[in-house]
Amino acid sequence: MATFVKFTIDGKECMAAEGTQLVEAAKQNDIYIPTLCNYEGIPPKGSCRICTVNINGRPATACTTKVSEGMEIQNNTEELSGFRKAVVEMLFAEGNHFCPSCEKSGSCELQALAYKYTVLVPAFPYMNPARDIEAWHPKLMKDHNRCIQCKRCIRGITNAEGKSVFAFGKRGHNVMINIDPETSKNINDELAQKAMDICPVGAIIRKEIGFKVSIGKRKYDKQPIGSDIEK
Amino acid sequence: MAQKITIEPVTRVEGHGKVTIQLDDSGNVSQSRLHIVEFRGFERFVQGRPYWEAPVLVQRLCGICPVSHHLAAAKAVDVIYGAGTGDGLTPVGEKMRRLMHYGQMFQSHSLHFFHLAAPDLLFGYDSDPVKRNVIGIAMTNKDLAVQAVMMRKYGQEVIAVTAGKKIHGTGAIPGGINKNLSIEERDTLLKAPNPFNADMMVTWAQAAVDFFKNYYKKNRDFIDNFSKFDSNHLSLVRKDGGLDLYHGVIRAVDASGKKILNDVDTQDYLEYIREEVRSWSYMKFPYIKELGPEKGWYRVGPLARLNTCAFIPTPLAQKEFEEYKKVTNGKPNNMCMHMHYARLIETLHSAEMIRDLLNDPDLQKDNLVVKGTKQKEGVGLLEAPRGTLFHHYKINDNDQIVMCNLIVSTTNNNQPMNNSVEYIAKAMMTGKKEITEGMMNAVEVGIRAYDPCLSCATHAYGSMPLEVTLKGPKGEVIDRKYK
Repeated sequence: MATFVKFTIDGKECMAAEGTQLVEAAKQNDIYIPTLCNYEGIPPKGSCRICTVNINGRPATACTTKVSEGMEIQNNTEELSGFRKAVVEMLFAEGNHFCPSCEKSGSCELQALAYKYTVLVPAFPYMNPARDIEAWHPKLMKDHNRCIQCKRCIRGITNAEGKSVFAFGKRGHNVMINIDPETSKNINDELAQKAMDICPVGAIIRKEIGFKVSIGKRKYDKQPIGSDIEK
Repeated sequence: MAQKITIEPVTRVEGHGKVTIQLDDSGNVSQSRLHIVEFRGFERFVQGRPYWEAPVLVQRLCGICPVSHHLAAAKAVDVIYGAGTGDGLTPVGEKMRRLMHYGQMFQSHSLHFFHLAAPDLLFGYDSDPVKRNVIGIAMTNKDLAVQAVMMRKYGQEVIAVTAGKKIHGTGAIPGGINKNLSIEERDTLLKAPNPFNADMMVTWAQAAVDFFKNYYKKNRDFIDNFSKFDSNHLSLVRKDGGLDLYHGVIRAVDASGKKILNDVDTQDYLEYIREEVRSWSYMKFPYIKELGPEKGWYRVGPLARLNTCAFIPTPLAQKEFEEYKKVTNGKPNNMCMHMHYARLIETLHSAEMIRDLLNDPDLQKDNLVVKGTKQKEGVGLLEAPRGTLFHHYKINDNDQIVMCNLIVSTTNNNQPMNNSVEYIAKAMMTGKKEITEGMMNAVEVGIRAYDPCLSCATHAYGSMPLEVTLKGPKGEVIDRKYK
């Protein structure tokens, strides 16, 4: 039987099973901690840093932290919101994100976070990197312009043999996430859709289904990101 | 003394252009040009993108008629998707698109006539510019101004329920549409209390035609003779010759009414249409290949459409069409200012079409998309508010666009607009030593009649102040005025 621990988030008394991931523990207590590289059901990575909170006065990523007795967590502060906004702004500046023609628009987590943190104007100079579209696969496209290298696809999408369908290419700041020609060879439509859904932006696209969800029915058309958790 | 007159930018049109008029030593107009001076390059940067993205990406050419680009691109990618060339969609797919398109025609035509053109007609092209604008109309004719705003709003609401939002929606997708029309959406437009319902829009559109006809009776000489010249006319028509703004075959007639393009399949447009590039404008000059650039240029838009079609398939607009055709004894109408007349008849037709479509139960059906055998190339044409719009795409084996050719409505009217500028310049400026504001606006009135969208035509960007410069033979500035 799980042992429950008590902790506070922004002064609110919370309770969760000991060892629960902090993002999940907050959710169980109706508190939203924003995430991008984190995805329910796959091991956390802590790479995007947008879930950073202050735990007992020290910054830590909530996706890689397990909740313990007596933790005092600060989540919704002006400083942290500013920090999170800067993360979103840097991601926009680093890639080529053209929301107007992106089929993930309205269901994109990066775009939804930009709305949440009121990103109205560029805060950093755009890097305008020269990037391609990987379009050879019969079911999937990988638009490197939009990839934020969160690696959710590498961690979460595996074929029938349990091998990752996506793989790293290049190194350092040139790192790319590609479709693996071998492991992706025989993927079905269901896995292709799962790959598209696991991508927080529009970097993984299923071919020939773009814009089939009408405006008004997209994920964040009716309510902002996190509002399903916050009560 | 030779002089050069520049009007920059042309105002109360969509986008930005400038006019230069060259006067020789005797004060006669020796050369006049409408320059389109900006460039964006959509045809190039759409390359590499997946083909299903084209209807959403390319519509960003324009904020006034994005629906036209959205649907023309969708029609082209329908062909690539194997869904046929315009008549292969399901009834709900085609009719939702048509409803979107007629909403677009209704709002765009209303915008042009009431907001952009009417100030010249109501107050005179040489009246005080402080009054000669849409605010002037609101101050002197409040009911007309409210009607103008409400008509445009209604058209935009029709677009919103079909495309998802009023500007830059996503409704049309390869092979069909991504939503049908709910009963609630239908009733909001069909049965709302006056004035915001489909019947009232038909009434107001009829009143707008009557308004123009009344104006025409009192100003016949101006409407008939201001910038009047013969030209060819080109548009889509329905296979039976009826006016159809969404789909049809390409028909062109000469100034006397003789068919010079006889109901050509839209997929074959390249066999019949060519574009000429001139060094002084970013806008190309299309022409009918067989006739060459000198004789093959043509007009598109409302005037051309009512010259090529045999009838209008809605009763009120048909009645007006018959009266309109009597003016020229059934022959093609080559009078520039009659474009306003034709445009208002089309506005009435659009209102009737919207009302009829809203009553069509096919719009509530669920079979939204059809798919067939993939093609590597597709062409989509429709009649945009300003005229025939051509979208043409080729893709590679990976579904990426490798070629895009757009012949935008206003581009087709490039030579006719230049002719209008020359006609008016010769009539108004020959032998004159001083530029008056009225003269400058007269040139703009001629351009404005075409309702040009210069941004679309060149995929343009930027804005400029209006500057008119009068120069001497050595280039010295004699007179300069700003607007």
